Amino acid sequence: MREHVILIINISTMNEYVTLNHGSGGNQTHELVKHVFVKRFGMIEPLTDSAILKEPGFTLAITTDSYVVDPLFFPGGNIGKLAVCGTVNDLAVSGAVPLYLSASFIIEEGFRMSDLEIIAGSMAEEASNAGVKIVAGDTKVVEKGKCDKLFITTSGTGILKPDLDHISTGKRIKSGDKLIINGPVGNHAIAVLGARNRLDFSTSVISDCASLNYLIQTVLNECKEIHFMRDLTRGGLATVLNELAQMISSGIIIDETSIPVDDPVKGLCEILGFDPLYLANEGKILIVTGDEEHKKVLEILHSHPSGKHSAVIGEIVPDHKDYVILNTLIGGKRILDIPSGMQLPRIC
Amino acid sequence: MNNRGLKYIDEYRDKDLVLNLINHIKKSATHNYVFMEVCGGHTSAIHRFGIPSLLPGNIRLISGPGCPVCVTGTDFIDKAIIYSKKEEVIITTFGDLIRVPGSASSLEKEKAMGADIRIVFSGLEALDIARMNPDRKVIFLGIGFETTAPGTAVTIKLAREKGIKNFWLLCAHKVMPPAMEAIIKAGTKLDGFICPGHVATITGSVAFKFIPEKHNMGCVITGFEPSDILQAILMLIRQVNRKAPDVEIQYTRAVTASGNTIAQRNLSEIFEHCNTRWRGFGMIPSSGLKLQKEYEDFDAEKIMPVEISYNEDNPLCICGDILRGLKTPPECSLFKVACSPENPIGACMVSNEGTCNSYYKYLHNE
Amino acid sequence: MCLSVPARIVSIDGKMADVSVGGTIFKAGLHMVENVRVGDYILIHAGFAIQKISDKEAQETLKLLKELNDLQNE
Repeated sequence: MREHVILIINISTMNEYVTLNHGSGGNQTHELVKHVFVKRFGMIEPLTDSAILKEPGFTLAITTDSYVVDPLFFPGGNIGKLAVCGTVNDLAVSGAVPLYLSASFIIEEGFRMSDLEIIAGSMAEEASNAGVKIVAGDTKVVEKGKCDKLFITTSGTGILKPDLDHISTGKRIKSGDKLIINGPVGNHAIAVLGARNRLDFSTSVISDCASLNYLIQTVLNECKEIHFMRDLTRGGLATVLNELAQMISSGIIIDETSIPVDDPVKGLCEILGFDPLYLANEGKILIVTGDEEHKKVLEILHSHPSGKHSAVIGEIVPDHKDYVILNTLIGGKRILDIPSGMQLPRIC
Repeated sequence: MNNRGLKYIDEYRDKDLVLNLINHIKKSATHNYVFMEVCGGHTSAIHRFGIPSLLPGNIRLISGPGCPVCVTGTDFIDKAIIYSKKEEVIITTFGDLIRVPGSASSLEKEKAMGADIRIVFSGLEALDIARMNPDRKVIFLGIGFETTAPGTAVTIKLAREKGIKNFWLLCAHKVMPPAMEAIIKAGTKLDGFICPGHVATITGSVAFKFIPEKHNMGCVITGFEPSDILQAILMLIRQVNRKAPDVEIQYTRAVTASGNTIAQRNLSEIFEHCNTRWRGFGMIPSSGLKLQKEYEDFDAEKIMPVEISYNEDNPLCICGDILRGLKTPPECSLFKVACSPENPIGACMVSNEGTCNSYYKYLHNE
Repeated sequence: MCLSVPARIVSIDGKMADVSVGGTIFKAGLHMVENVRVGDYILIHAGFAIQKISDKEAQETLKLLKELNDLQNE
């Protein structure tokens, strides 16, 4: 009896506060979203990158994202560029043609006007590159200390062809389908970590943040057997793979040797004890292709700057239901789990 | 990007080398063998590369108390938390310690509630923070074994040389050999040790001679790449087969018999041995390090004594037995019921490489 | 114990060095190693060089493992 009381107290005190782990994109993020928001809002699972809404005569995709990156400026981009790319990509990987964005800004008192202008300029440039229009917005200024310099939220909408709504749910995925990634993982996370300058290292790695909608549209127009797409962000490749395995109730086998990782990212991961498969990306997509179409997809990707190092990294399998199995570098096997909390630099 | 690979790392991950080692292991493993590693780095490498999936069923690898996180007592975390609540204090710590549960909270939770707790990669970074914040009191949480303690020793020496007056150490450094001896004396059934290669770069292989000489058990000082670990397992199997226990160095590119004498001199100048509690193990004589009298003015506890009530570990937690290799996680009544990676109760679940943490990820999926 | 990785010394300034692992540069204290030069590889742990890697021994180990390979193929 007494033992049970001890156990209950332990569990309830553990989850009283939101911690940084709840924002890291792994298990705890999922738990927070599920228990606090999804049920209350009446959202239907599985949760996808964009909500697909069918109306008479057209199908709409809507998505929203908040950007709180620190620092605001990093090699390869800034918070503004991210805010446009991220939302454009979420629409594009759902099969939609992104059309319109809204942008809200929460600005800390004392923020430099010149920085705000640079960031807005990046947003305009990126929107133009992606062929989308920013048509609505909001601005709030809060007292010093009430927010960390600048937070941006962008929402986006686009139109979807009716025969593409399986792209985000993976309904057409079958055993034997191949998984493709469009380049090396972890670059965004390392670029941002380096720019933060808190762990005393320097790196030449630049963020991969880029709008991929035109590339994705080309793939969707020319290839008929695209069975799934998803954007890799926080939580990394491992999170998306696990989400997919759960969604389709199938197994996934991944070949570690074929996952592209740049040397400086590898080196940093070795020293700090990070796993590149759990690092954040902002210009990477996972594509699942059927019926030998992977060769054509690779051809299209390889001819684009954001897809030069694309590779087939794995396959859907009927066994190991719900799980992701990694064939390791040395030919061993292990389960690739969903990350739990943020990765922290270790000495052990 | 022009990727050329990582030198002294990738060569030891060659698939062909590994597969051939596995074949030799299979041929040589004529009995049942149980080998223990006592290093979080080894636990991590074994798991990461999928080594258990390649080994034959008659070889069992168990994880001992090789993770400084796992063996750090709740009292250490509780003290650190009390210091963190003082407004003038900045706590500097390695990332490993952030999630370790104290008796009621953790550094991570305290950070979420506003305490100034900063993750550093090195003692030198912590010293820099002290230098740049002269009006604050910087306390560095010193955890780790012989690989890490010399760096702390150098940091303390530099603090003295540079006259930095606002830097202190809360020390929980430990040394490995007494814990290995405690495991043997606990009666754990073992055929040999996979010895921690990086501890040995400092101590030299001499520090492990007592294992064959006093206890008639073999040990191999091992590197951290998959071919290192497999080569060491092959060497251990051969020692057992020949009934010739010895201390052998597999990790010759970094380990010598006498070790790093400069690091050893720094250690003995700043620290002395003391008895200390290992979480799940109790008191192990001469297994801890504390500051020598001459450097006591850097001891956080001497300058700012704190009172904590000593808390026993959760009575249902059997981490001690798991760390000694006597029980497995499924035999613990808290495992998966109340103790999980998101809500760890005991040491073995806290660390990513803790036995229970690995088991949770593997076995709950089967 | 534990996370310690071979890194190449790219520059030395007194007791501190810039070291590279795959192109990411870290700072390492050289207080515990001697006779190291630019181009040497050291093991970096918690911001310090704890040992110099012996290239001779590194190659010996690989040679031994490859010979194991040849034995297997006979």
